[in-house]
Amino acid sequence: MKEHVYDTTYLRTRDFEEGKVLFETWDPNAKYTWDAGIAIGKFFQELKAGRLIGTQCLNCQRIMVPPRMFCEHCFLPADAWVPVEDTGTVVTFSLCYVTWDMNRLEEPQIPAVVAIDGASPGMGILHLLGEVDPKAVTIGMSVKAVWKPAEERTGSITDIRYFKPLGGF
Amino acid sequence: MSRDRVAVVGAGMTKFVRRAQETGKELAWEAASKALESCEMTLDDIDAVIIGSAPEAFDGVHMKSEYLSDGCGGWGKPVIRGYVGGGTGVFSPIQGWYHIASGLFDTVLVICEEKMSSCQPHPQGAFLTIFDNFTERPLQPNLLWIFALEMNAYMTRYGLDKRDIATVSVKNKRNAADHPAALLGDANITVDDVLNSEVLAWPVQRLDVSPVTDGAVALVMCAEHVARRVTNKPVWVEGVGWNLDTAYWSSRDLSYPVYVEEAARMAYKMAGITEPRKQIHIAEPYDPFDYKELHHLEGLMLFDKGEAPRAAADGVTQRDGDLPVCPSGGLLGVGNPIAAAGMMKVAELFWQLRGEAGARQVPGTPKRGLAQAWGDLMQVGTVIILGA
Repeated sequence: MKEHVYDTTYLRTRDFEEGKVLFETWDPNAKYTWDAGIAIGKFFQELKAGRLIGTQCLNCQRIMVPPRMFCEHCFLPADAWVPVEDTGTVVTFSLCYVTWDMNRLEEPQIPAVVAIDGASPGMGILHLLGEVDPKAVTIGMSVKAVWKPAEERTGSITDIRYFKPLGGF
Repeated sequence: MSRDRVAVVGAGMTKFVRRAQETGKELAWEAASKALESCEMTLDDIDAVIIGSAPEAFDGVHMKSEYLSDGCGGWGKPVIRGYVGGGTGVFSPIQGWYHIASGLFDTVLVICEEKMSSCQPHPQGAFLTIFDNFTERPLQPNLLWIFALEMNAYMTRYGLDKRDIATVSVKNKRNAADHPAALLGDANITVDDVLNSEVLAWPVQRLDVSPVTDGAVALVMCAEHVARRVTNKPVWVEGVGWNLDTAYWSSRDLSYPVYVEEAARMAYKMAGITEPRKQIHIAEPYDPFDYKELHHLEGLMLFDKGEAPRAAADGVTQRDGDLPVCPSGGLLGVGNPIAAAGMMKVAELFWQLRGEAGARQVPGTPKRGLAQAWGDLMQVGTVIILGA
């Protein structure tokens, strides 16, 4: 099949540095303001108050976090608001040593999926872990939200700084 | 439902490179011209054109399929672009199939193109917008997170050994050493090389990951009455399937890709396959990361849950093994220009089933192969089954 492969021209970094090839650049200037919507709008209001909340589908009974105004399984309104805990269980985690653009981090970030207590089993959210030795993190570990002080909260997922091990280390 | 039988009759591709001098439009033309030439057809013989390519953000070009269309042979023809994330490379030939199976067209040119190198400083910048804009993006996530989270869930659920998983990367990079279009073929790479490579987001290390790549692949697909005229070796589309899971990915069981299973069930049913492990002779599952090949082999029901890593370490999936997997070299070896990478797998089945894969030819006379791709927010499975 070699004859069916086009011999594409391979560029090397020095081709740019030495001006052997020409190029054009562009910086997008696009800014967005997203309306938080019905379900996440209320979720954010509750975060600002230092609480987590979910919605329940009264058909399948699932308690969902983050909340949605419809159940994607039953495709019916999920408008019963249910307070949930700010504690949960680590479902999975990573120790990330690079930034998105591949720069090295000395101390790893610890992203994790945390299944929230009081929601249906396995109902997890993405967040970060903190106040923990990276080597000590395990799947199944119980964790609790560490909130920003009330005056610093803005109604954002970052009103929770991170989750830390319940009971501490 | 009666449908026209559909064949793949031609395939062509560009070399996969880290950075091509060619524009996306030029890459598309290169692949298209090679595919048409391979079956001695011209653009005049083509009724409709299908384009597969990643979102506009990658290229910074709006309405990208319209931009690419001239290089894809779309001038003055019915043209459509489909996009289902990384699943696109297998979804585009599925679109080719239903364009013809519906009876609407006799001949279709399918082109998947990706030029990832334009996006600076790293194409990950364009990927980050897949995270939920309210509940995830403010955490400043990194695309590697979701793979690392999934890999850890998979490894922990089944108590997997990272050494077994690393054999996938070794196999594919070695297989790719025999692929004339490959970016990262390496006949001498070892498991220790993979295990000693830089940790990016544990458990993901540098050599567990496929590279950023530019490239394009094209296929010519025909209705049976045309295929019989064009070639004495048509490769038939026997089954297609696709399935999408919820975007609330953090509430899913990440250790098993149920959406891949659903896509496979759809394709197996159409192909009349009841025992996939016996009836599929070559598999080209999507392998952007080494663990993904294994995860997908399980979702495709070619191995039991948690069993694929051991089988890989035992050599079952080698090119001369009982079930050759990614004889092309896959995304880990040939390269990962998103949409083009998936369709490279379909082209590989075409060459393998015609006995034209050269040094990569799997032994015996394989009669049926499966290609699968995966993408979006870890949620889409696309499957195609080809038969000689």
